[in-house]
Amino acid sequence: MAVTTGETFDSSDGASGNQARRVVVQDRIFYYLTLASAVFVVVMLIGVMVSLVVGAWPALEKFGPSFIWTQRWSPVKEIFGALSPIYGTIITSVIAMIIGIPVSFGIAIFLTEICPDAIRRPIGVAIELLAGIPSIIYGLWGFFYLAPFMAAHIQGVWKFSLFGWNFALSLGGIPLIGGLFANSASGLNLFTAAVILAIMVLPFITSITRDVFQTVPTLLRESAYGMGMTTWEVVRHIVIPYCRVGLVGGIMLGLGRALGETMAVTFVIGNSHAISASLFAPATTISATIANEFSEATTGVYTSSLILLGLVLSIITFAVLGLAKWLLVRGDIK
Amino acid sequence: MKTALLAGAAAAVISLAMSGAALAADITGAGSTFIYPVFAKWADAYKTTTGIGLNYQAIGSGGGIKQVEAKTVTFGATDKPLSDDELQKNGLVQFPMIMGGIVPIFNIDGVKPGALVLDAPSLAGIFQGKITRWDDAAIKALNPSVTLPSAPIVVVHRADGSGTTFNFTDYLGKGSKDWADNIGSDTAVEWPVGVGAKGSDGVANTVKQTAGSIGYVEYAYAAQNQLAYADLKNAAGKTIEPSLDTFAAAASNADWKDARNFNLVITNQPGDTSWPIAASTWVLIHTQPTDAAATAEALKFFDWAYKNGKDQAKALDYVSIPDAVVTQIEASWSGITAGGKPIFGAD
Repeated sequence: MAVTTGETFDSSDGASGNQARRVVVQDRIFYYLTLASAVFVVVMLIGVMVSLVVGAWPALEKFGPSFIWTQRWSPVKEIFGALSPIYGTIITSVIAMIIGIPVSFGIAIFLTEICPDAIRRPIGVAIELLAGIPSIIYGLWGFFYLAPFMAAHIQGVWKFSLFGWNFALSLGGIPLIGGLFANSASGLNLFTAAVILAIMVLPFITSITRDVFQTVPTLLRESAYGMGMTTWEVVRHIVIPYCRVGLVGGIMLGLGRALGETMAVTFVIGNSHAISASLFAPATTISATIANEFSEATTGVYTSSLILLGLVLSIITFAVLGLAKWLLVRGDIK
Repeated sequence: MKTALLAGAAAAVISLAMSGAALAADITGAGSTFIYPVFAKWADAYKTTTGIGLNYQAIGSGGGIKQVEAKTVTFGATDKPLSDDELQKNGLVQFPMIMGGIVPIFNIDGVKPGALVLDAPSLAGIFQGKITRWDDAAIKALNPSVTLPSAPIVVVHRADGSGTTFNFTDYLGKGSKDWADNIGSDTAVEWPVGVGAKGSDGVANTVKQTAGSIGYVEYAYAAQNQLAYADLKNAAGKTIEPSLDTFAAAASNADWKDARNFNLVITNQPGDTSWPIAASTWVLIHTQPTDAAATAEALKFFDWAYKNGKDQAKALDYVSIPDAVVTQIEASWSGITAGGKPIFGAD
């Protein structure tokens, strides 16, 4: 389109003819430059996917689809199954969302509905700064402070005396679901990784949630308050239904980040190719496995299996993004 | 505009070519992180005496093997020896460059550094998850005078592939048939239990902050960071403390003469004073290099290091190669040729 605009100029007289040519040439260059940028993205994406598939081919040939649902990961015997990293990736992300979403929504509601103007900015800035902390810093902090804290205070046994009775309580002692929290002496585990992830996705979900909450028309909001609704009722019946689509988008963005996070998780998850009933047991994720093992993967099948893991992660992430897009489109049509 | 772009590209190519020429005098190598501190120290001294530098990338043994196979570096360094087939396939030779020791490190409430004694079967049991508490009968039998708590054992292993893991698991396999049959030895294995940590610093820090834990790191790292390590019972049944002397004993008691391609992992070696988990790093180099001059420089550097680098190695808690083995290695260099003539000692 942009290319043709110049041609509508009348080029009969010299001065404006030059001008017209200049416009045509400039527009044409600009058109191709921007087109090249746009095409570059598509070519990159296709290139990455093709090279992943090519790199993963030996492993795909050897293990087939069973790569997804077998658990054994043995570099010595060259048997590789991705179940434990896939499990770890999904469970850490899901727990991170379970912790992260309510807190993010709480922050966003507070900021848009309740917060006095004086402290709105400082809290907003703090959230943006949280988003700016590099993931390796979260990893270091998690390793040196959060993991020992979890080991000592969350996973441990709380002993206290009351009326001459001695109590020893622990999460692992809870009936029925105690197995989820079976005691472990090390803080490097699935749950610690999920907590770190929750903190990391918090600023992303919060800032999007806050932005979409602000799109609620003042008219709607004020009318609801005018009818005598409480803040909770306004949020529950007006704000959240109005913003549903945007909220899903924010959550999916956070989930996408949680699924692919590498450095922080590698530090605290305990890096063990095992699936345990306990959340306090060491586990691994797809990205942590690749980060740990790629540099020393000497055999072809080993390297190829790690690339296949990368392909699986890409597909999971695309699926999440695709689901988000689909929900957004469906929401628009409604 | 096009010409400007072309000129820019040409300039970039020229500057690349020039920087390539400037670096050509340096010896290039890549691989093992285990040997890196020693190489760095040697390279520094070698540069002051000869003016020739060493550009060594400590990217891990696996990376070193890949790079030397691809001929992007003159030599590679690996903590796990290559098999005869692998050497032959890529036209490489290998020879040991340095040795060191690997030590179990622990953190048990009430047990002092050096007070714990273990052996291969008990270590294998712990790392297999078959011995789960510190007051297990197998550990108690080795430590009759130590009060061991009834605390659970937290196993800490390397999460990344590592030559340290290779030597450690090789030792466990030599001492425990169960380990050899079910887990085996490699730079990364299928750990039945435990927490994985990245790098020696990761293992050391995890052990430090986890009560009841046990891990393994190279001795140089443990010594410099004052970590609590355990003594081991060796193949001769003697309780040995890790030290440069006991590593050197393992190195000299090893049977290098009959080791084809120097393919000898010096764990569990005979001798009353041999530390059982000694480790070596091998250098890999092409037998018919495309750049004979670069290989000649590299061999000269290795020769210099064998003869003049002993004190520097010792200062870093590494063990230099015994003189008898050096003679054997340098004799083997006659197989590295250019135009049918040996490269080393040609000038």
